[in-house]
Amino acid sequence: MNLLNRFQPRGGVHPAGRKDLSADRPIRALPLPERLFVPLQQHVGAAATPVVAVGDQVLKGQLIAAGQGTISAPVHAPTSGRVVALGDYAAPHPSGLPVPTLTLESDGEDRWSDAAIPADPFALAPDEIARRVGAAGIVGLGGAAFPSAVKLNISRKSGVDTLIINGGECEPYLTCDDRLMREQAEGIVAGIRLIHHAVGTQRALVGIEDNKPEAIAAMRAAALGTDIQVVAVPAMYPMGWDKQLTRALIGKEVPAGGRSADIGVLVHNVATAYAVHQAVALGRPLVSRIVTVSGGAVKTPCNLEVPIGTPAQDLFDYCGGFTAPPARLVMGGPMMGHELPATHIPVVKGTSGVLALTHAEIGRPEPAPCIRCSTCVRACPVGLLPLEMATRIRAADLDAAIGLGLKDCIACGSCSYVCPAHIPLVHYFNYAKGELSARERAKLKQEATKKLADDRSARMERIAREREEAAARRRAAKEAAEAAKKAAEVTA
Amino acid sequence: MSQLAHSPHAHAPVSVGKVMATVMLALVPATVFGFWLYGWPAIFLWTVCVAAALLGEAATMQLQGRPARPALLDGSALLTAWLLALSLPPWAPWWIGAIGSLFAVVVTKQVFGGLGQNVFNPAMAARVMLLISFPVEMTLWTAPAPITGLHAPGFAEAWRITFGGGAWDAMTSASLLGHVKTEFTRGVDLLSSLPGYYVPHDSVWGQRAGSLGETSALLLLFGGLYLIARRIVTWHAPVAMLLGVAVPALIANTLAPAHYLGPLPHLLSGGIVLGAFFIATDPVTSPNTATGQFIFGLGCGLLTWIIRTWGGYPEGVAFAVMLMNATTPMIDLYVKPRIYGRNRKGQSLPAAPSKKEA
Ligand code: SF4
Ligand code: SF4
Repeated sequence: MNLLNRFQPRGGVHPAGRKDLSADRPIRALPLPERLFVPLQQHVGAAATPVVAVGDQVLKGQLIAAGQGTISAPVHAPTSGRVVALGDYAAPHPSGLPVPTLTLESDGEDRWSDAAIPADPFALAPDEIARRVGAAGIVGLGGAAFPSAVKLNISRKSGVDTLIINGGECEPYLTCDDRLMREQAEGIVAGIRLIHHAVGTQRALVGIEDNKPEAIAAMRAAALGTDIQVVAVPAMYPMGWDKQLTRALIGKEVPAGGRSADIGVLVHNVATAYAVHQAVALGRPLVSRIVTVSGGAVKTPCNLEVPIGTPAQDLFDYCGGFTAPPARLVMGGPMMGHELPATHIPVVKGTSGVLALTHAEIGRPEPAPCIRCSTCVRACPVGLLPLEMATRIRAADLDAAIGLGLKDCIACGSCSYVCPAHIPLVHYFNYAKGELSARERAKLKQEATKKLADDRSARMERIAREREEAAARRRAAKEAAEAAKKAAEVTA
Repeated sequence: MSQLAHSPHAHAPVSVGKVMATVMLALVPATVFGFWLYGWPAIFLWTVCVAAALLGEAATMQLQGRPARPALLDGSALLTAWLLALSLPPWAPWWIGAIGSLFAVVVTKQVFGGLGQNVFNPAMAARVMLLISFPVEMTLWTAPAPITGLHAPGFAEAWRITFGGGAWDAMTSASLLGHVKTEFTRGVDLLSSLPGYYVPHDSVWGQRAGSLGETSALLLLFGGLYLIARRIVTWHAPVAMLLGVAVPALIANTLAPAHYLGPLPHLLSGGIVLGAFFIATDPVTSPNTATGQFIFGLGCGLLTWIIRTWGGYPEGVAFAVMLMNATTPMIDLYVKPRIYGRNRKGQSLPAAPSKKEA
């Protein structure tokens, strides 16, 4: 049975795609905004440190903040202009907390800095490609925003043999990858070949959901004559989850708690592959990305090439503004994206879409009691029991929830989406995971405090002991002296 | 955490009320057919069941200080009453329906904590309670008298049947399973008691003495298939339950045809089809996983067959379902889906060194 089911995706849901809103709109470049707000932390890992000062003139593509430590990514100027501020600014982060941000005033010229362009990028040594990818500030553009160079290096070292390119784009509304594949298939294929070359993989598979026939055709045409295989996979959410796509394409599962490299696989998103091509072959660092602007409240949904740091408001304005006051603004897709509290928040490297949704689109009435219908169990792509985990979490029994696999939950939202009782299941899980990490932090802190306290008491004991010993020595010396004196007196 | 709305920012157009409404829709054909077969008394009984359940639900919600409206609107009490009505003798007096419905909603459901918390299927628990407490009223079956036919009681007579304390023994007739049981205890074996009594065709179309709804196997089957098509239920529990009855019946009947009924009369009589598609699929009291549901269905079927064959009661679906309800937590404990990247025991899969394998 397992063998038959091997390539069969598990669980998953079929949300209303709503991709027709923007799928037929070619990518257009957003007119240059006046001001760009470029956060120094747009990736997983350590924030970048600024290498420019307020008042500096910069060129497009010039390094403005350098990566720090092993897992980090540098940041480049999205256009030419002047640095006008360096300080905290609201960023699209679920916590909603402001982060250090460079504010850039555009000079309207959009002048590139000079870049060294290799005559033949394929003649570059593999680690040189990885270095250039890292220097270009490329991170996973599917939304994970993990520094790509780090992934390349890990994969090369662990002997990964299969490269999987994720063209799933399973989130409703989003069409940025679809458009990129239709319009820039050549560039994507060139990027895939560069990654292929850099990691030394033996095969490269591009997985695209079968609801994007144009993208599949374009990619197949571009991949003709290369050893890249373009595979249509069934459209379902979350097919774009790396591990789901891996199972669908090669029938292997990444071990729990492990990474793709453990089964010899490296997964990159199509937009990331394109960015790799731009960086390595054309010397252009990652300073813009394709963003889908959509939702029922947007006048003309579209796909835009947007400089990093552009406030969301500019995107909505360009799309004709709102037809109705939006009930909710979302950054990313509706399933896993997070609410955008304000429109002055900038687009970052991981932003795939900005959505303005109406009440009808959100549609979440009041929660009702769970009827144990197990629709959520059928929907979970991981194979968890959402209803059971939620019951445990509600009873504040975190350990039982962990025992049921809470840590394996990818927060994809499939369970919440289908629950007829409208129970906010993922919300419970995210909350519990937050509690869990708080608990782990507290434990670490407690251990550290305990160690400090132990050290301190050991030190105090030692000091006390030494003091005592010194006192004992002094006493002994004194006694000896007195005894000697007495003896002298006696003899005298 | 911040005050922001949490994901997902979209929701499937489903609700508990819609799920219940779909199940009720699936019951409509068989119910209407039952009304036609058994006439006004059946309609009265159904109405009494529904009214009692809604009143009971509203009253308990009121007592707990919880709003009654959402509970009434979710349709669960209505559905419970409906299923109960379908499993009662159609000409049973009104108080049978009223007591049964109140017991189902108040004792079996609300006392356990309300919707989703009950251990036993309310309709079946109520049926078992009635059968034990009022064995006479619960086993007096009526031969069908189609509402349009000559023998059908008129409105006034029907009113007397349901509300007036029965003047209807002229019409009684044993159900097939009851007949077999009685004849068997008299020492008449199946080979002589069945001929002329059992005509499969009658069961398919419900022309047989039996409870209000369970007599029309075919219409109930259509309803069940509709539910599967609408993805309200999956095939696992129903198919397993039918197999659970049919397989042992086939084996026993092949070995000793004089002692055991064959699979067809088993499947077509009593509450098997109703039980398989509408009772064993009750979300609240059945297991969570497809495998668990299959085991559950199989158990329901097998126990039904055992009770019918060797038990003291001619019909076993309600007992079987209740027994299996009790095992649901255990099934759920042992049958869990395999988690991605883990084996069945929950251990992480081994990492496969790639170069060698490729
Ligand atoms: S989908 Fe909702 S109502 Fe159904 S079992 Fe899961 S949590 Fe309960
Ligand atoms: S959010 Fe978690 S529990 Fe819910 S479907 Fe996704 S992985 Fe499963």
